[in-house]
This record gives sequence, structure tokens and C-alpha cells, in this order.
Amino acid sequence: VYSLPSKKLAVLQIRSPFIKNKYRPFCQTLLSWVKSSKCARVVLLSSSHAYQRDDEQLLGTPLRYLLTPDLEKAVGGLMQELKWKEMEKVAAYPGINDTEKVLHIPGGGITKLLFTESCSKGIQMAVLLKFCSEGDNIPDAFVLVNYLNEWLQLIKSEVSASNNSTDTSSQWKIPSSWRLLFGNGLPPALF
Amino acid sequence: MATFFGEVVVAPSRAGVDDEESAEEAREETPEDREIRMELEKKREIDVLWTLKSGASPESSADELRACSKFIIAIGRNAAAFLSSFILDSVCWEVVGVVKLWNEWCRTSNITNVLPTDSFCLFYRLISDPTVLLCQCSCYVAEDQQFQWLEKVFGGMRKESLQVTILSTCPVADYKTQESTLTLPSPFLRALKTKEFKEQVCCPLLEQPNIVRDLPAA
Repeated sequence: VYSLPSKKLAVLQIRSPFIKNKYRPFCQTLLSWVKSSKCARVVLLSSSHAYQRDDEQLLGTPLRYLLTPDLEKAVGGLMQELKWKEMEKVAAYPGINDTEKVLHIPGGGITKLLFTESCSKGIQMAVLLKFCSEGDNIPDAFVLVNYLNEWLQLIKSEVSASNNSTDTSSQWKIPSSWRLLFGNGLPPALF
Repeated sequence: MATFFGEVVVAPSRAGVDDEESAEEAREETPEDREIRMELEKKREIDVLWTLKSGASPESSADELRACSKFIIAIGRNAAAFLSSFILDSVCWEVVGVVKLWNEWCRTSNITNVLPTDSFCLFYRLISDPTVLLCQCSCYVAEDQQFQWLEKVFGGMRKESLQVTILSTCPVADYKTQESTLTLPSPFLRALKTKEFKEQVCCPLLEQPNIVRDLPAA
């Protein structure tokens, strides 16, 4: 758990997988803490398998958002201004009945459970997710955190003179845990 | 994680929850399921049996535990063997406790007369200074049991003025470094310490991005 009191921000980084059959109690415990500590808002950063996108999702931005009804009232308009794309619902029974739509976040772990529970518990929660693939997800992390920054403005983006973009990639600090993500150096004997 | 350049590793799901697992959980739990689950949970419970003084009252045993000032824990066969070879003997140390547990990888029992090849978790006390405790844990404590192990072992001890030292080993192949580990002179020591630990550490601190796992991490 990390915190930044100056911005009234707490960050929970889930670094390990869940013990079998314990992820539901974990979600319940987490959300009751959110309620009891009177947390104003929860932002869930997540992802979904890129290979499960449908034809339309293959085009355009790989970033999506979701808002619980309580947060929709507060910031729904802002999302429209930012031109963000809401996560599409998919047919519950594809091919058989295309009218019944459900929320499906493959590869999203506990995202859907936390979101649906927050909806019913009246928690203000936003989900920000990116479609991504297995592999080196460092670029995905930058894209996702810049997406978050468009809304929360945690870092003032310097508008670069050369290309008028608001890319804040260079201002984020790379964690030391990202070093040597793909193994050690090569043994000299290899050559 | 890959241990050498070119090794192909099947990575577990980083989403944290397999899609199959979530489908399984979505099904309602039948009374039979619940019974099986409770039985399994009971089987995985940990028992810590302190035998501090034969015939002593539970209160005095508890007092003795609270007085613990130095607690050395050796986790894993190598660390346990180190203590057996260099520290423990029947003259200066006496057995004061045992942990009884079961999981898919090992089972320990109540007996304190163990062979080096057994899986066991025993507590010893220095006869000349009864506030010094030692633990040899050569059995694997599963992820869902680690918190319980900590609660039951440390539960009776006073945190202030207690110094805990954990001894453990990791394969050199798991050590993350810029160079290759093939030519790294081993074995070598690394340490982690809490900010409350004020004494000198006898070796360099563990460099990022290396991590510690399992019971030592817990």
C-alpha cells in the first residue's frame, strides 16, 4: 500500500495471485473497508485480453472505462468531454440471442467482481482498462497511467513544443522492480 | 521465471484469477461442498505445542514465551541443517516446542526425535539463557498456512525488545543481476532488515529487483 497525503491518494498494488477460492472473500473485505473508511472514490486500473476483442474493438483506442451509477452522476459528463470509450457489453449467448448483453472482462481477474459489487453497494468506482497481450507490458503501463492522468491530472502534462502532445511518459519514475524483468545478463561463454 | 537464457517457461495467469476458477466459484456451494471445504480447512490448521517445562502451569509457560528476547528462525532444509551442524547440541539446547501441520507437500508430527531427512518444525531454547529461542523449520508451510503459523508462533511473544533473525536459502539461479549467474562465486549472503533493526548487518543488503518469498517473506 502506498500513499500520497498531499493528493489524498492511496494506492493498493496487488502483486501476487490469490489463494485458491479466496478471491471472493478478498473482494468483500476490500469493499467493506472502502465503505467503512469512507473512501470517496475508487479507481481500478485493469486490463483485458487483447485477443478476445471483437472486430469493432480491434479498431481505434485500446482504452476503456466503466463507472458505477454513483460515480456516473458525478463525472459522467467529464468522460464525454475527454472522448473516452465505455467498455462495451457483449451478448450473453452469442449467436443464439444477441439482445441480452452482459459485462465481460476476460483476463481482468477480480475487476468485474469488484465493479458489480461496487455498483450494488453504492460505491463510487471507475474502472480504467487497456486491452493488452502477454509479454512486455511496460509500454501498456505507461499508456494506462497517462490515461488515468488525463482525468486525475496527477502530473501536469508539459505540452511538448515539437509535437503538441500531452504525453507525460518521461515524467513518470520507473520502479526498480522493473529491472531485469526478462532474466539476467547473458553468460559470456555463450559467445 | 526463466532461470537461463533460452528456457521456455509457461507463465501462470497474471490476472490473478483463472477464468476456469471464476466459473467454478460462480456455481452455488452445496452442503456437501461446504462440508468438504470445512474438513479440508480443518486438516490444514496448524497446531503449535509448547513444552516449555514439564509439569509447569500454562501461565508460567506463557510468561516464559513473553520473555523471549532473541528468536532465530531457520527456514528450509539448508538453513535447518546449518543450525544442526554448527549451533545445536543436546548439552546447551533443549526442545521446547513443535509445530504440527499438514499440506500437499509435507506432514510434520508431534515427535521431537527427528531425523535430518524428516520434515519438521521444532523450537529450542538455550539452557544458559532461556530468553533465546531457536526454530528449525524444514517443512514447507503453504501460502494459506503462513499467516496462521505467524499468529500462533509469535502470538505469545512481546514485540518490544524482541530481536528476530531469519535464516534462509535461495538458488543462485534465482538471483537477478546484470551479469550472468554462471560465473558468480557462490554461496554468498544477502540481507533484509526492518527499519527498527539498528545493529550492523554482516553482509550487503539484498538489491532490487530481487525478492524474498514464502514463510521468510511473511
